[in-house]
Amino acid sequence: MEKMPAWADAVLVPIISLLLAAILSALVIVAIGEDPVAAVKLMVQGSLGSTYGWGYTLYYATNFMFTGLAVAVAFHARMFNIGGEGQAMLGGLGVAVVCLYMPWPHWSLALIFATLSAAAFGAAWAFLPAYLQAKRGSHIVITTIMFNFIAAALLNYLLVNVMRPKGSMDPATAKFPETTHLPTLHDILEPFGIAFSKAAPANVSLIVAIIACVAVYFLIWRTRLGYEIRAFGHSESGAKYAGISPVKITVVAMLISGGLAGMMAINNVMGEGERLIMNSTEGAGFIGIAVALMGRSHPFGVFLAAILFGFLYQGGAELALWTSIPRELIVVIQALVILFTGALDNMVRMPLEKLFLMFRKGDA
Amino acid sequence: MNTAADISPAIELKGISKAFGPVQANKDISIRVMPGTIHGIIGENGAGKSTLMSILYGFYKADKGEIFISGKKTLIPDSQAAIAAGIGMVFQHFKLVENFTVLENIILGAEDGAMLRPSLAKARQSLTDLASEYGLDVDPDAIVENLSVGHQQRVEILKALYRQADILILDEPTGVLTPAEADQLFRILNRLREEGKTIILITHKLREIMDTTDTVSVMRRGEMTATVKTSETSPAGLAELMVGRKVLLQVDKVPATPKQTVLEVENLRVVDEKGVERVKGISLDVKAGEILGIAGVAGNGQSELLEVLGGITSGTGVIRVNGQDIDLTGNSSDGQSRRARGIAHVPEDRQREGLIMDFMAWENTAFGYHRDPAYQSGILMNNAAIRADTEGKMQRFDVRPPNPKLTAKNFSGGNQQKIVLAREIERNPDLLLIGQPTRGVDIGAIEFIHQQIVALRDQGKAILLVSVELDEIFALSDRIAVMFDGQLMGFRDPAKTDEKELGLMMAGVVEEEAA
Amino acid sequence: MDFLTIIQVLDSTVRLATPLLLACLAGLFSERAGIFDIGLEGKMLAAAFFSAAIAAMTGSVWLGLLAGIAASLFLSGIHGLASITFRGNQLISGVAINFLAAGMTVLIAQSWFKQGGRTPSLMSEGRFNPIELPFAEALSDVPFLGPIYSELISGHSILVYVALAAVPATWWILFRTRFGLRLRAVGENPAAVDTAGVSVVGLRFAAVAICGVLCGIAGAYLATGLQAGFVKDMTAGRGFIALAALIFAKWRPWYALSACLLFGFLQAIALRYQNIDLGAFTVPVQVMDALPYILTVVILAGFVGKAVPPRAGGEPYVKER
Repeated sequence: MEKMPAWADAVLVPIISLLLAAILSALVIVAIGEDPVAAVKLMVQGSLGSTYGWGYTLYYATNFMFTGLAVAVAFHARMFNIGGEGQAMLGGLGVAVVCLYMPWPHWSLALIFATLSAAAFGAAWAFLPAYLQAKRGSHIVITTIMFNFIAAALLNYLLVNVMRPKGSMDPATAKFPETTHLPTLHDILEPFGIAFSKAAPANVSLIVAIIACVAVYFLIWRTRLGYEIRAFGHSESGAKYAGISPVKITVVAMLISGGLAGMMAINNVMGEGERLIMNSTEGAGFIGIAVALMGRSHPFGVFLAAILFGFLYQGGAELALWTSIPRELIVVIQALVILFTGALDNMVRMPLEKLFLMFRKGDA
Repeated sequence: MNTAADISPAIELKGISKAFGPVQANKDISIRVMPGTIHGIIGENGAGKSTLMSILYGFYKADKGEIFISGKKTLIPDSQAAIAAGIGMVFQHFKLVENFTVLENIILGAEDGAMLRPSLAKARQSLTDLASEYGLDVDPDAIVENLSVGHQQRVEILKALYRQADILILDEPTGVLTPAEADQLFRILNRLREEGKTIILITHKLREIMDTTDTVSVMRRGEMTATVKTSETSPAGLAELMVGRKVLLQVDKVPATPKQTVLEVENLRVVDEKGVERVKGISLDVKAGEILGIAGVAGNGQSELLEVLGGITSGTGVIRVNGQDIDLTGNSSDGQSRRARGIAHVPEDRQREGLIMDFMAWENTAFGYHRDPAYQSGILMNNAAIRADTEGKMQRFDVRPPNPKLTAKNFSGGNQQKIVLAREIERNPDLLLIGQPTRGVDIGAIEFIHQQIVALRDQGKAILLVSVELDEIFALSDRIAVMFDGQLMGFRDPAKTDEKELGLMMAGVVEEEAA
Repeated sequence: MDFLTIIQVLDSTVRLATPLLLACLAGLFSERAGIFDIGLEGKMLAAAFFSAAIAAMTGSVWLGLLAGIAASLFLSGIHGLASITFRGNQLISGVAINFLAAGMTVLIAQSWFKQGGRTPSLMSEGRFNPIELPFAEALSDVPFLGPIYSELISGHSILVYVALAAVPATWWILFRTRFGLRLRAVGENPAAVDTAGVSVVGLRFAAVAICGVLCGIAGAYLATGLQAGFVKDMTAGRGFIALAALIFAKWRPWYALSACLLFGFLQAIALRYQNIDLGAFTVPVQVMDALPYILTVVILAGFVGKAVPPRAGGEPYVKER
């Protein structure tokens, strides 16, 4: 017999966790002497009240979809890829190489190759930790953390010493050529007569991210590979019985994970920055952890959670602009979401299971 | 002078009961063990021996019943209380810190004061004393993981003695020992008895009971079926009590008509991760249209034999299926390639291997066969086809509830097993490997599963059956092989042998066949 | 490089190694007891803020230190609750703690001081000031040894000496006391501890608490010793370098000292020189930044002296036969 119906596990547990995180966040706002209701209003207004706000919300959400999917795919193989940040940085490098050093007749071609290159760079950065985990048992959490820092140092070196245009003081690449400029939501929606803010950075990458969500859904639930990844994630001994190679699945799942994280760069580097700068990822790799936990590692859940976090990021920026609440409030909310949906999962789940059991007995 | 009546038993259990959910592990168990004796508790796997001892050591709380130590009613809520009551336990799986020294392991939890140095010095001294007193020699400064298994076990015994244990419980102590090490252990136990210690020996090996114990209790299915003086019983008598006269499972089957040889195994050896040889040069064959049953007490290499045949682990030797060699160690040695060669495998442990417990029934139906072209449409898996296939299988194998979307862990044990069986049998394999087909399965499903296995035989398939249930071996097998300590003790015709003979063979005793 | 420069670099090495060392020993206690802790960074950060904030408000660096330790202990408590009581994922808990600290410190700093997420600069009494060891002044003119004593050994704040003293203390606790024996045992095989009648939960909470105290001192040193006040994200990955050092040191106290001095040295070099000219080629400063992490990966891969973590690390203990 099931302890709890599936819907409760998939919906109720995350919602209660989110609620707990929200209540604590509200308390934090009260504690620093602000009005939580006014804060929420301001956040909603700032992020969803205008196409400008939406443009930013969706821009952030695009980043989080990629990194959230990255963490989710690794979770399915029971691995914790904490290296999304570094993989996304390398993805930026992949985008920059394609955009700067190859001539492109049209943005669409540039986008396709930039996407592939970003994914390849991100995957390459995930390969060594994956290989070491599979072959030598080196803990992937530790190695991916180390690779985040190594990525930052590598990027720093390349931007300062190699890719920086002569005469520039900025540790950044030159601006990408005009032909690699991605259409923004404004450009896309204009032909349909829909007015959308010109200033907002949301761009065609959002569509790629949504395609990635769908693709990951099919990968995980409809392909043989996804089947093997899930089987391995649930039971390594079972996987061995079925003839599924643990080494192969570990490496392949991490390559996909790293590739997805790397693909984020088409949004923040190619779409928004149009040049590669230091710290262009802005912690999105880590937010992917919260997004994947919140979305229960399901692509649709990741999609929703990414939009939620997009809203929080844009709303938080607005708050910082108009009140004395700093943007870091979002980091706190993110921490609480990770804490409640991830580490303290049992704290939410156990009483809930008891509750359902009580109702069951009541019925019988 | 004390007369026997004055001495209270070292341990007395009265009416101990313990249930895990619906499973009654111990039912109203009472024992009296007199001080200075060795008391054996014998029974098959899952008879409830270990549960009983875990209650005595404070790991589980009994639902009902009382414990008396030296005549005093004693509550044992945790291990600390057990230690304080003078009980020491040597677990089947040692509870040692492997990279600590012997000395450190001995004082852990029984230190004198906050500083280690005096504790270590004291322990070193008493270790020397204990060593000379009981013949328990161990280098106090050796790192435990560098010691042989036999010496590690001595450390466990020393741990208990250092804590002034008067009652020593040993759970299947010889399961991991070589015969020579086992002999040494029994010499030590005898010395301990002479010094007045009380020893409870849990085992399923008849010979150990006969050789060492003063009294013996037999457990079967959670119940204590008999307590007798060892000198007043015989191995045959104990074997009968142990296996019991269960309702004989009747399987209607016609005599087998074996045809060509399907499986040939020659000199197969399997070495586990720790470097211990588990299968020691086995040779056997299975013909089309026959069931070869492998009997034996769990842990004598049967699991490893099945695993290597099923491609889960590697080994050395020769395995031929339909006359062709099978790759044992190379790249094409895995479950996928075995299936491609017509070998189906119902593993012993359906929860860890045969099923993904968090997968739905239909996903489990494709498990291991998920690359089958019939389950694909283009690059995607054809989930609708798998579900339809599952529905048919669930109907034919009477899986209840017949809902392909139910998660595996929510089926009963028997229905889980039917899902595995349907998947493997309907592949129409040339050879079926099947381990513990009815472990944890309800009576109704047992009959059905047995019928399916016989039906497959009658279709002319070769079947290799491994079971620790002697009844099951008798009910199904056309030939019986007995495995002991990684080797085959011999083959028997089920019509010309009995439980007694097999029981002895399972304990490593081969009687001369009557002419 | 002349002699005085070497002394200066080494002096800077000691100061930069101090927070690493404290955090590394903190992680050592936790991980030796079987609780992985990737939240060292967050605990240090929280301690850095609260120590600076309280020191700024009260003018007492000692009260600041206590506040820093309290903040770090609070986060340790969350980690213990999640990973010991509720048997949650220790790694995810650590990640959450890092973010919680990163966000809350700025939030509270802004609310209290309204200086853009920093504390006011600490005046002298709000800081741990250098201690002149006896005769430092008098001996400074002695050739060679004089500068070593007066510049390198003398003239650090008390917490530097505390950190250095913590190394033998840790060694002593781990290998010479009953508590240490049990602590190491619980990280290797909690079942052995449990069957010996000792509480696994109690030991693990104790270890996590010690970890909190040491991280608290590390954070306080950052904000009130190394620097004069708290700024946003001032730990700058030191918690992770400490984690790297811990692996590099194979979870041993004296090795931890060497590893932290090495990593501190790399930081000191990176701080002083942009690029190191070795004649044939130059070593860019980023190599110095990345070297601790690269070395750790090499160690983890087991190509050079395999680092074997405590065997029960990361796994919640569930009682079984």
